[in-house]
Amino acid sequence: MSILINKKTKVIVQGITGRDGSFHAEQMKKYGTNVVGGVTPGKGGTEINGIPVFNSVADAVAKTKANTSVIYVPPPFAVDAIYEAVDAGISLVVCITEGVPANDMLKVYDYVKKHGARLIGPNCPGLISPGESKVGIMPGNIVKKGPVGVISRSGTLTYEAIWALTCAGIGQSTCIGIGGDQIIGTNFLDALALFEADPATKAVVMIGEIGGTDEEQAAAFVKTKMTKPVVGFIAGRMAPPGKRMGHAGAIISGGSGTAKEKIEALNKAGIPVAASPTEIPAFIKDKMKAAEAKKSAKKPKATIKKNVVRTKSKKADGKIKKTAKKKK
Amino acid sequence: MKIHEYQAKEIFAAAGIPVPKGQVASTVAEAVSIAEQFGRPVMIKSQVHVGGRGKAGGIQYAENAEAARVWSQKILGMDIKGLMVKKVLVTEAAEIVTESYVGIIIDRAQKKPVIMVSAAGGIDIEEVAAKTPGKIIKLAVDPVTGLKAYQARELASKLYTDMSMIRQAADIIMKLYDVYWKVDASLVEINPLITTPDAKVVALDAKINIDDNGLYRQKEVAAMRDLDAEDSAEMEAREGDLSFVKLSGNIGCIVNGAGLAMATMDLVKHYGGDPANFLDIGGSSNPQKVLTAMRIILRDTNVRAILINIFGGITRCDDVANGIVMAYEQLIPEVPIVVRLTGTNEDKAKIILKKINLESADTLDNVVKKAIELAENDNSAAGRI
Repeated sequence: MSILINKKTKVIVQGITGRDGSFHAEQMKKYGTNVVGGVTPGKGGTEINGIPVFNSVADAVAKTKANTSVIYVPPPFAVDAIYEAVDAGISLVVCITEGVPANDMLKVYDYVKKHGARLIGPNCPGLISPGESKVGIMPGNIVKKGPVGVISRSGTLTYEAIWALTCAGIGQSTCIGIGGDQIIGTNFLDALALFEADPATKAVVMIGEIGGTDEEQAAAFVKTKMTKPVVGFIAGRMAPPGKRMGHAGAIISGGSGTAKEKIEALNKAGIPVAASPTEIPAFIKDKMKAAEAKKSAKKPKATIKKNVVRTKSKKADGKIKKTAKKKK
Repeated sequence: MKIHEYQAKEIFAAAGIPVPKGQVASTVAEAVSIAEQFGRPVMIKSQVHVGGRGKAGGIQYAENAEAARVWSQKILGMDIKGLMVKKVLVTEAAEIVTESYVGIIIDRAQKKPVIMVSAAGGIDIEEVAAKTPGKIIKLAVDPVTGLKAYQARELASKLYTDMSMIRQAADIIMKLYDVYWKVDASLVEINPLITTPDAKVVALDAKINIDDNGLYRQKEVAAMRDLDAEDSAEMEAREGDLSFVKLSGNIGCIVNGAGLAMATMDLVKHYGGDPANFLDIGGSSNPQKVLTAMRIILRDTNVRAILINIFGGITRCDDVANGIVMAYEQLIPEVPIVVRLTGTNEDKAKIILKKINLESADTLDNVVKKAIELAENDNSAAGRI
């Protein structure tokens, strides 16, 4: 299992005839992603790498039943591409494009939400569920199927963390790059909630960076709502205030959004923060071991616990044990 | 991107926001001539991209043209927080009765533009925000339906009790909100918004920051970029499509990806070193970028070692290796370099790099440790180009 994408996910590529779009469409297909079509206005009816091209997202959806779209169009057209995907009924829109104006994204965010779709990005590497599907640009050769969910605001730093996990023999359920911009469709909190609900995910790595307060909100969520262990990493301890560190969203403004604040917030929520990405696997192992120990230590009291859960879930049939586990 | 006060005031004036009359000057003679034209007391205001100009002595009152000469002489060429003043705004001095604050920024958490107003405006607004946040009233605006007139009136009524002033301020807030959207701003600010003895509400200062991502459709505003006011290395980096931020240490860093670039410099500090910069060569493998990156770093005379850290995903290690060889052969750096290339086409890259015999490391932690060691042992003279 995984979150958001799996073998059944039907993907279309918006901007498939462009340099990036065509390259990554092929890469995704090679990985095993079910790429059912591409969209470039005016190039409908043609084919690229054996993938049919359509004039509009609506056409593509009508012919292929696609439910997911990945966007590689240049910044001036990215906002329109998101709207088009949402209007065509696509439920998961992944926008790779970097350089979308933040004020445009305020309106897009509102629109996507009102229409019940989900947007990942913009300015993100997309996501990958090892052995299932990849939507975006993450290299498929560094991942390994397993129990750890990875959420990150960056690209290569995520690869570094994933690679460290893989080298340590720890696989991933889904790795999701949420994007480095100020206004993004899916934030840490949203992704954490998805991993919490995913039975295949046993622990989560969240890789944050300076700017904004998403990490702080995520920490509060982990403390109050999450049962699965979380390990953190925050980039930008050395960043000077007021300077944009590559990502549009990575900026300490008005003295807030510093790495120090974020690390403190994470620590307070019981999330250990690694100093180097290479420390992450050891942290994860410790946390998972502790979670296991906690589970087995609780076993003798199982009867009492079960009752508590039963009252809460208002279910009183014979399948309580299963329900209890799921509810956790 | 930042623009100067005089440019922001041009945008305000065009939008119908009342600002005092003024003109920009680059020389003392120009400043005096403008003051003479006004024939009344003026303010001489330094035009630099930094806050706290007034406290630094960069804003002065000049009773007449002669005083304007004295002050513009002092202010032009003045150093304010490391930036040299090359322009002054000569503007009619206003009599101030009250000073308020109006600003608009993006609220990242709420995903809405937020308007902030305070009756306690002026040079201490940051202190007001820190110590008495209650004195700053905030309104998150629905980005789709926009700011409503009644909302602007409500905000204005937090500043004044006089109905005419409330109307004027509400009108200014509406227009400021329009400016925010029209120029793809990430921040617009009036501090102070003043009232005069004849009960007029006027924007005495103006600040606009532009979202870089919006510049492609803001040709007029983009043309306002003051190249003199920017760090030359950061400018060269931008032209070369690199992200670069100078720091004060001695280990130059070249990394692909912003997050990894930040993590790399953090790790330099973690292991006891001191990074000289943040530099992201981005996702492309263009060898030219490596050359530009190395040229910028080598110009920094503090640099004692260069750390190159590439995690090849989409970026292909062999392309970067070709860039390193090209840069090495063209620039002939005397500073020691340590390279870590991992991921896509790593093996090919290692063969390419054999040509120039650089230090290498296999992991992120090791490349950082090696760079620190090299920087400590480097005795060659600084300044290598």
